[in-house]
Amino acid sequence: MKALENLLDKIKPTFEEGGKLEKFYPVYDALETFAFVPDHTTSKGAHIRDAIDMKRTMFIVILAMVPALLFGIYNTGFQHYSALGIDAPFMDMVLFGLGKVLPLIIVSYGVGLGVEFIFCIIKGHSIQEGFLVSGMLIPLIMPMDVPLWMVAVATAFAVLIAKEVFGGTGMNILNVALTARAFLFFAYPTKMSGNKVWVNTESGSTVDGYTGETLLAQAIESGPNFADITNTAYASIGESFMASVIGFIPGSIGETSVIAILLGAAILLWTGIASWRIILMGVLGGAAMGLIFNILGPQFFPENLYLQVPWWHQLVMGGFMFGVVFMATDPVTAAQTAKGKLWYGFLIGFLAIMIRVVNPAYPEGIMMAILFMNVMAPTIDHYVVQGNINKRLKRLKTA
Amino acid sequence: MEAVNIFVKSIFIDNMIFAYFLGMCSYLAVSKTVKTAVGLGAAVIFVLGITVPINFLLENYVLKEGALEWLDPSLATTDLSFLSFILFIAVIASMVQLVEMIVEKFAPALYGALGIFLPLIAVNCSILGGSLFMQDRQYASIGDATVFGLGSGVGWFLAILAIAAIREKIRYSNVPAPLRGLGITFIITGLMGIGFMSFMGIEL
Repeated sequence: MKALENLLDKIKPTFEEGGKLEKFYPVYDALETFAFVPDHTTSKGAHIRDAIDMKRTMFIVILAMVPALLFGIYNTGFQHYSALGIDAPFMDMVLFGLGKVLPLIIVSYGVGLGVEFIFCIIKGHSIQEGFLVSGMLIPLIMPMDVPLWMVAVATAFAVLIAKEVFGGTGMNILNVALTARAFLFFAYPTKMSGNKVWVNTESGSTVDGYTGETLLAQAIESGPNFADITNTAYASIGESFMASVIGFIPGSIGETSVIAILLGAAILLWTGIASWRIILMGVLGGAAMGLIFNILGPQFFPENLYLQVPWWHQLVMGGFMFGVVFMATDPVTAAQTAKGKLWYGFLIGFLAIMIRVVNPAYPEGIMMAILFMNVMAPTIDHYVVQGNINKRLKRLKTA
Repeated sequence: MEAVNIFVKSIFIDNMIFAYFLGMCSYLAVSKTVKTAVGLGAAVIFVLGITVPINFLLENYVLKEGALEWLDPSLATTDLSFLSFILFIAVIASMVQLVEMIVEKFAPALYGALGIFLPLIAVNCSILGGSLFMQDRQYASIGDATVFGLGSGVGWFLAILAIAAIREKIRYSNVPAPLRGLGITFIITGLMGIGFMSFMGIEL
C-alpha cells in the first residue's frame, strides 16, 4: 500500500496543471481516490459530511453481488459437466466457470470504463464511479455463452446512449446494465434466449433428458401445460421450487440462486444502500399478480395452467429476485420520493409477473418491467410532490 | 370484454407514439413542462374521443361501398371512400375549433401556454391516424370506435406525460452542448420506446 502511495505521489506532477499529461488528470484522479481517501474536499456547494462517498457506496453494492457471482461461476461449471454427464471434481467446475465468466467481466469493465474515461477526458470532469456497479451487473445478467464482442457493443451502447449523453453518473433515466441487456435482447435474440445459450455443451454429447432451457422458456413455449413440465423435470412443484431457490438450474449467470441473491439483499438492506420499500413492494407486487392469476385463472382460462403456477413459485423463478434486489433499487433510476418508491416497487413486481405470463414475446418480464417503470418513475415522483404541495396548501388555508 | 381489450390495446400495445410514431411534432415541442403536457394530452384525448366516432358514422353511412344504401337502393354500389381523407380532415378541423373555443373560455392560462399547438392539433398526425386506423381495422360498432379513440388518446397522453416528467427531471443535467434541447429529447424518446416494448407482442 505504501509503495503504491509513493508511486502515485511521485507521478502526480505529470498530471497536474502544466504537467506533460495534464489532459489525463481525470484518469489519475480516479485511480488516486479509488485507492486512498483523498486529501482535498469539495469547495463549492452544500454537501452532507459523511465518511461514505460514492466509491465506498458502489463497493458495498459490488460486495453484495459477490455471493451471486461466486455461485454463478460454480453453477456455470456445474451445468456444463452435468449436461455432458461427467462427474467432475469441484475445482474443475469452478475453473470452467471462471473461464467463462471472467472474460465477460473483463470485457464489460474494460469497454465501459474506457468509454467513461474518454468522456471524462473530453469533458474535463473527474471520473465518476457509477460504472463500477453496472460493469459487474452486466456479466451477471448475461447468458454465459454470449459472444464477447456482443457484450462489448452492448456495454458501449448502454454507457454512451443511456448514461453519458445525459451527463454521466446520476443523470441517466434507464438502468445502464438493463439497457445493455435489452439492446442485446432485441438486436441478437438468438444469443439471448432459447435453449442453446444457457449451458455450454460444445465438447461432447449431452445426457438423456437434457433440454438446456430455463424453466420459464419451457413454460412459455408449452404454455398451457406448465404443470406437466415441472413434473417431468422435477418430481413435484415443490421440488422445482427448491431447485429455483438453491439455483442449480440453467439461467443467466447471476440470477439462478435465490439464496445467494438474498444474501446480497441482506447486505444492501443492512447498510441502507438499497431501499427496503422498493424490494418489499416489488415482492408484494409480484405476489399480488401471481395471486390474481391463481384466483382468476381456473375460472376464465382453465386451459392455461401457467396461470395456476402458485404465486410463491412465480417469485423464485427466473430473474425476478435478482432484478428486484439489484436493478429496481438503483437509486438513480428509481422513484426518488418515499411514497413514489412504494408505487414504483409494487408496479415493477406486478408488471414483471404479468409480462412473463401474458406476453409470449418475453419468457421473463422483469427486465422490461424495470425499464418501463424507469420511464414512468419521474411521473410518479411528480405527482407525489404535487400531492404534498396540495396537502400543505390545504393545511395552510384551514389554519 | 371486447371494448376493454381494444382500450388496453390502444393504450399500451398500439401506442400512437411508441408503436406508430404519430403525433411526434407536438409531442416533442410541448413536453417541456408537465403542466402544458397534461393540457395538450387532455385536448388530444378529447379530440380523438369525438372525431373517431363521428368519422366512424361517416365511414359507415356515407363513404364505404354500399354505405349509402339507406338513402336509395340504387346507391348500393356507390363507393365514396376516395373522399375519406378530405371529410375526416374537415371533421377534425371543426372539432379542433370547438376545443379551442372551450379551452379559451374556461382555461385561459392553459390556452396561453399551449399557444400555436392547440390549433395545430388539427394537423396532429395521431388524430387523422386514429380515424384512418378506425377505417382500416373496421371496428364492429360505434362503441368500439369510441373506445379505440379514447384509448389512443390516453396512450398519447401517457407518453407525453412521461416524457415531460423526464424532461423536467433532467433540466439541470450536464447534457453535452450539441445534444441539448431537441437532440436529447429524441434520445429519450428512443429509450422510452424500449420501455414500452414491454407490451408489444401481447395478444388480447
